[in-house]
Amino acid sequence: MIRVEPRTPSRALAAAVPVLSAAAALALAAIPLALAGADLAEAYALMAKGVFGSRFALSETLTRATPLILTGLAAALAFRARLWNIGGEGQLYLGALAAAAVGSGAVSGPSWLLIPLVLAAGAAAGAAGMAGPAWLKIRFGADEVVTTLLMNFVVILFVQMMLEGPMQDPMGMGWPQSAPVLDEATLPRLAERTRLHAGLPIALALVVAAHVALSRTVWGLKIRAVGENAAAARHAGIPVGRTLMSAALVSGALAGLAGAGEVAGLKGYLTADLSPGYGYAGIVAAMLAGLSPLGVAASAAYIAAVFVGADSMSRALGVSNYLADLVVALSLLSVLVGGFFARNRLVAVRAGKAGEGA
Amino acid sequence: MELLDILTNANFWAAAVRIATPLIFGVLGALICERAGVLNLGIEGIFTAGAMAGWMAVWLGASLWGGVLAAALTGAAFGLIHATLTVPMGLSQHVSGLGVTMLATSAAYFAYRTALPDVSSPPRITPFQPMDVPLLSDIPLLGPALFQQTALTWLAFAMTALVWWALARTPLGVALRAAGDNPDAVDAQGLSVYGLRMGAVTAGSALMGVGGAFLTMSAFDAFFFGMVNGRGWICIALVIFASWRPGKALLGALLFGAFDAFQVRLQTAYGGQVPGQLFLMAPYLLSILALVLAARRAEYPRALLVPWFKGQR
Amino acid sequence: MPPTDAPHVLRLRGLTKRFGPVLANDSIDLDLRRGEILALLGENGAGKTTLMNMLFGHYLPDSGAIEVADGADGALRALPLGRPQAALRAGVGMVHQHFTLALNLSALDNILLGAEPLFALRRRTGAARRKIDAIMARTGLNVDLDAPVGRLTVGERQRVEILKALYRDARILVLDEPTAVLTPQEADGLFQTLGAMAREGLSVIFISHKLREVLAFSHRIAVLRHGRKVGEMRTDEADLPAIARMMVGQDVESPPRPPMTPGEPVLELREVTLAGAGGRAGLRGASLRVHAREIVGVAGVSGNGQAALAALVSGLAAPEKGELLLRGAAPARFDPAAMIAAGVGRIPEDRHHDGVVGSMTLAENLIIERLDDPAVSRAGFLRRGRIRAEAERACAAYDVRGQGPDGAARLLSGGNMQKLILARVFERAPDLILANQPTRGLDLGAANEVARRLLEARARGAGVLLISEDLDEILALSDRVVVMHEGRLTEAPARDRAQIGLMMAGRGAEEAA
Repeated sequence: MIRVEPRTPSRALAAAVPVLSAAAALALAAIPLALAGADLAEAYALMAKGVFGSRFALSETLTRATPLILTGLAAALAFRARLWNIGGEGQLYLGALAAAAVGSGAVSGPSWLLIPLVLAAGAAAGAAGMAGPAWLKIRFGADEVVTTLLMNFVVILFVQMMLEGPMQDPMGMGWPQSAPVLDEATLPRLAERTRLHAGLPIALALVVAAHVALSRTVWGLKIRAVGENAAAARHAGIPVGRTLMSAALVSGALAGLAGAGEVAGLKGYLTADLSPGYGYAGIVAAMLAGLSPLGVAASAAYIAAVFVGADSMSRALGVSNYLADLVVALSLLSVLVGGFFARNRLVAVRAGKAGEGA
Repeated sequence: MELLDILTNANFWAAAVRIATPLIFGVLGALICERAGVLNLGIEGIFTAGAMAGWMAVWLGASLWGGVLAAALTGAAFGLIHATLTVPMGLSQHVSGLGVTMLATSAAYFAYRTALPDVSSPPRITPFQPMDVPLLSDIPLLGPALFQQTALTWLAFAMTALVWWALARTPLGVALRAAGDNPDAVDAQGLSVYGLRMGAVTAGSALMGVGGAFLTMSAFDAFFFGMVNGRGWICIALVIFASWRPGKALLGALLFGAFDAFQVRLQTAYGGQVPGQLFLMAPYLLSILALVLAARRAEYPRALLVPWFKGQR
Repeated sequence: MPPTDAPHVLRLRGLTKRFGPVLANDSIDLDLRRGEILALLGENGAGKTTLMNMLFGHYLPDSGAIEVADGADGALRALPLGRPQAALRAGVGMVHQHFTLALNLSALDNILLGAEPLFALRRRTGAARRKIDAIMARTGLNVDLDAPVGRLTVGERQRVEILKALYRDARILVLDEPTAVLTPQEADGLFQTLGAMAREGLSVIFISHKLREVLAFSHRIAVLRHGRKVGEMRTDEADLPAIARMMVGQDVESPPRPPMTPGEPVLELREVTLAGAGGRAGLRGASLRVHAREIVGVAGVSGNGQAALAALVSGLAAPEKGELLLRGAAPARFDPAAMIAAGVGRIPEDRHHDGVVGSMTLAENLIIERLDDPAVSRAGFLRRGRIRAEAERACAAYDVRGQGPDGAARLLSGGNMQKLILARVFERAPDLILANQPTRGLDLGAANEVARRLLEARARGAGVLLISEDLDEILALSDRVVVMHEGRLTEAPARDRAQIGLMMAGRGAEEAA
C-alpha cells in the first residue's frame, strides 16, 4: 500500500514545480513526435530555433505572449476569488469586437484619445461578458463553469453574425471581416521589422498592478478571503457577492483587453479566427503561475514559445501544429501533478500483514 | 411554416431523437461520475477523442461495433487519467477536467492530422444505418422517431435503463451513490472509496466516448474539426437539470433534441430574414436557461468536488 | 457486575501512531474481556479516537499489534492492520462521533452497504430485513428501515450506526463520544441498552471526556493523556478527584466568577421566528435578554435551534418575525458588517469554517473584520507596517503561538486559532459577545483561557451569550441559564442539572422541577 503524507512546505520546491512541469510537457511531446515519424533531435532543434533563432523569432514569441499575459491574468484573478471564469475566449472576442467597432471609424480623433478609447471599449465589453455569468452565479447559484463555457460559443456566433452583417467591411470583397482600424486607433509598434506592439508594455504594467492589488489593497484581501474561505469572509462582514462581482468584472475586462490589443495592435481588423484559443491557454498560464500575477508573465511567455516553436517546426517537418496544443495541455496536467508532489510525498507501507505495523 | 406542421412532421421527431442520442450517452456518463462524487469536465474532449477514435478504427478497417469499442476504450483511457488525478491524488476536479479536455481534443486533432496530412475533404466511412423495424416504424410520428433510428440510439435507450437499474437496484449502485454522498460511510463499511470512484469515472468516460462516436459513425460519416461544438458542456448542464436521475436525463436530452431540431427547421423557414447564427446560439442559451432554472432547487451529491483521502478523517 | 474472569476478546499491544511531528499514540496497551464495558477517558486531543481508529483499520499504526478473538474457539488472533474490512470480519464494529452514514440512502441500504456482495446482480433484502428486525426486537433499537437517513433524527441515526455494527455480528462495539448529541435522559437510555447487550456477551469500549457517565456506566476505566495511557482501574474502585487529576495532569482550577450586578440589556430577542438552514430547527418565537455584566448560557442538545440563534446574532440571518434589539435599538441591517459595527463580537462555532481564512496570515485574519478602519487601510491600500505591528502586539497579549504574524493561520493548533479569534473579538471591546461552543476541541488550559477572557469582558461591562453543548461549562460560567428546545428558549428556574436535563428533553420548567 502507498500512503500519501504531507511534506513540510518548501518555497524552493514550489518554485521548481512549474519549471519542471514545463520541461516534462516538452519531453512528453517526444511521444507524439515519434508517432508522427519525426526525427526527435531535429524537431526539438527546429523548435528552439523557431523561438530563439533570430531577433524576429524572439519578437514573435513576445507578440504571442501579449494576449496570453492578459488572459492569464484574467484567469488568475478570477480563480483567486474561486470564480471559475472559463469564458476568457468569449470575453476576448467581445473585447475585440468592441475595439473593432469603436476603432474602425465610428469615432475619429487624435491617437492620444482614440487608443485609450479603443482599449477601454474592449475592456468594458469583456467585463460585460463576464457580468452575466457572475450575476447568474450570485443570484441563482448557476454554476459559472458551465455558463462561461457555453457563452464562449454564443459569443463566437455573435461575432460571426456581426462580421457577416452590420460590421462587415464594405471593401472586404465579401470576406467576413471588419473594416480596418484607423491609423489613429492603432497601437504603436515597439520595434522596426517586428510585430511587437504597445500591448506588451501595457500587459506588463497590468501584471504589476494586479500583483500590487492582490497583495496590498483591501480589495485584494477581500478577493483572497472570499476565494479561500467564503464562509469565513461572510462571517467577517465582507460582502461576498459584491466582491465576486468585482473580481468577475476585472477578470472579464482583462480578457477583453487581450482581444482589443490583438485587433488594435496586431491584426488591424477583426476576423472570427482571431484567437487560436488564447482564452483557454490563459487558464494554463494562470495555473502554471500558481495564480500569481508575476508568474503569469513568465508562464505566458513559455506558452507563446511553445506555439511559435511548434509552428515553425511543423512548417519545416510537416508535423501537425496541434502539437503545440498537446504540449500546452500536458503542461497543465503536469503542473497539477507536480503541485501534488511538491505538497505530498508517497510513503510505501506494508499494510494488512497480520499483527505487525510496518 | 406553421408550428403545427413542424410538430406533426415525422422527420422532425426523428431528428430530435437523433440529436438527443449523443447527449444521452454524455449525460449518463457525467451522471455516473457525479453520483460517485467526481465532476468530469473532460467530457468535451472525450467526446472529440471518441468521435475520432471510432471513426479512425472503422476507416482503418474495423467493424462498426469495433469502432464503438475503440471509442469506449479511448474514453475510458482519458477517464482514467482524470480519475487518477482527482481521486487518489485529490487534485482540483475543475482544472483536471479542463486539462483532460484540452489533452483529448488536441490528441484527437493531432492524430487525425498525422494520419491524414493533406486531405481537403474528409474521408467518409459507411456509418450505422437506420433499423427499419417492420410495422412499428409505420406508426405515425412515433414510428419514424423511434423505429427508424440506428442501433446506437437503441443502445442509448438501453444504457439509460441499465444505468437506472444499476444505480437503484444493485449493491454496486448503492455503494456508488454512498461514495458521492459520504465517502466515510463507504470506507467505514470496508469498501474502497478509491475503487468505486475511479471505476465510476472510467465507466462514465467510456459512455462519453461512445457518445462521441455516434457523431462520426451515425449522425455523420466523417470527422471534422470542432464537430463536438460544446455538446459536452451542454451535457454537464443537463445533468443538473436532470437532478442526477437517469430517467430525467433521458427526458432532458430528448427535450433538448426536440428544441434543437425545431431551431433547425425555423432556420430553414426564416433563414433569409434573420441571421442564421441567432438560431445556432439558441441551444447554448437554452442550456444556460435550464441551468439557471435548475440551480436553485439542485441538490448536488453532497461529496461532489470534495476530495477524500484514506486515513484522514 | 463487572466480568473479571471472562475470557479476553481484545488485546492491544504497543500501539504507536505519529502524525508528522505529533505523537498521537505512544505505545498503548489495552485489554478487553467478554461482556465488559470499558470507558476510554481523556481530554480532547488525548489520542482516544486515534487509538480506536487504529483498532478499526482507518489508521495504520506505526508499530504495535492487535489481537482479536475472532472465532468460535475464543482464541486471540492477530488482526491485519489498516483494513476496516478485516476489523469488520473479526467482529469489531465502530460508531463514529461524526456518523458515517450516507444521507441519500435508506437506513436499510446504509446497514447493508458493504455487507452484501458488491457485484451481485440482485439484492436479497428479505433475509437481511428479518435479521435486522430480530436485532431491533432484542435491543429495542427501533428505526424505520425504509426512511432516507437524511430524514431521521440524530438519535435515530445513532441507532442506525449501532445496528450497522450489530448486523455484521459485532462482538466488540466501539462508540466514540456517543452522548455528545443526546440529552442526558437519552444518554441514560443508550447506556441501559448497552448494559443489557453487554450482559449477553457484547464487549463495549466507549470514548468519553465526561466523568459522570464514565463512573455511572462502565466496568473499567482507562485514562489517556497526551497519547499515553496514564492509568487504568476498575470503576467500582475509582476515585473521582484522582481520575480528574490523571486526565488533566495537574490540578486545574476554573477561574472564579465573582458576583456582579447586571446593567442595561445589551441584547433582546422578542418572539423571534426564523427558519433553520438545511432542515435543522430554527427559532420559534424565541425571547431572550442579555444584560451588561452578565453571562447567559444557552443549554440544549445540539440541533434544537442553536445554529439559527447564532446565525441571527452573527448577522448571517434576519428574523422572519419578531424583533432583535441591541442596546434597545434595532440594527441597521441584518448582515455581519452591521452587527460588528453595532458592537457585537462573535466567536463562531466552527473556527476552521467560519473563523479564519486558513491561507491568509495571522495579521490579515486579525484585521479582517475592520478593513475600513483608518488604522488598517488608507485609500484602499493596506497599511502593512501598522497591521503587522498591531498583530505582533495582539499575538503577544493573547499568547498566540505560531510562526508569527506572517505565518498562515491554518498552521495554528486549535487552541491558538481560538486565541487568535479571541484577540480579534476582544480587541474591539464589544458590548455583546456571542460565544458559540467556544471551548470545543480545546485542551483544559486553552479552555480556561477562553473562560477567563469571557469573565474579564463581563467585568468590563459586556454581556455574553454563551451557547454550549457542555452543561458543565454552562453551569460554571453562566449567571443565568436558558434552555433551548425545538427553537424555543425557556429560562431555567434554578441551576439544577437534573431539571435542566429534563428541560433539554422538552419538559416545561414546572414539569421538570
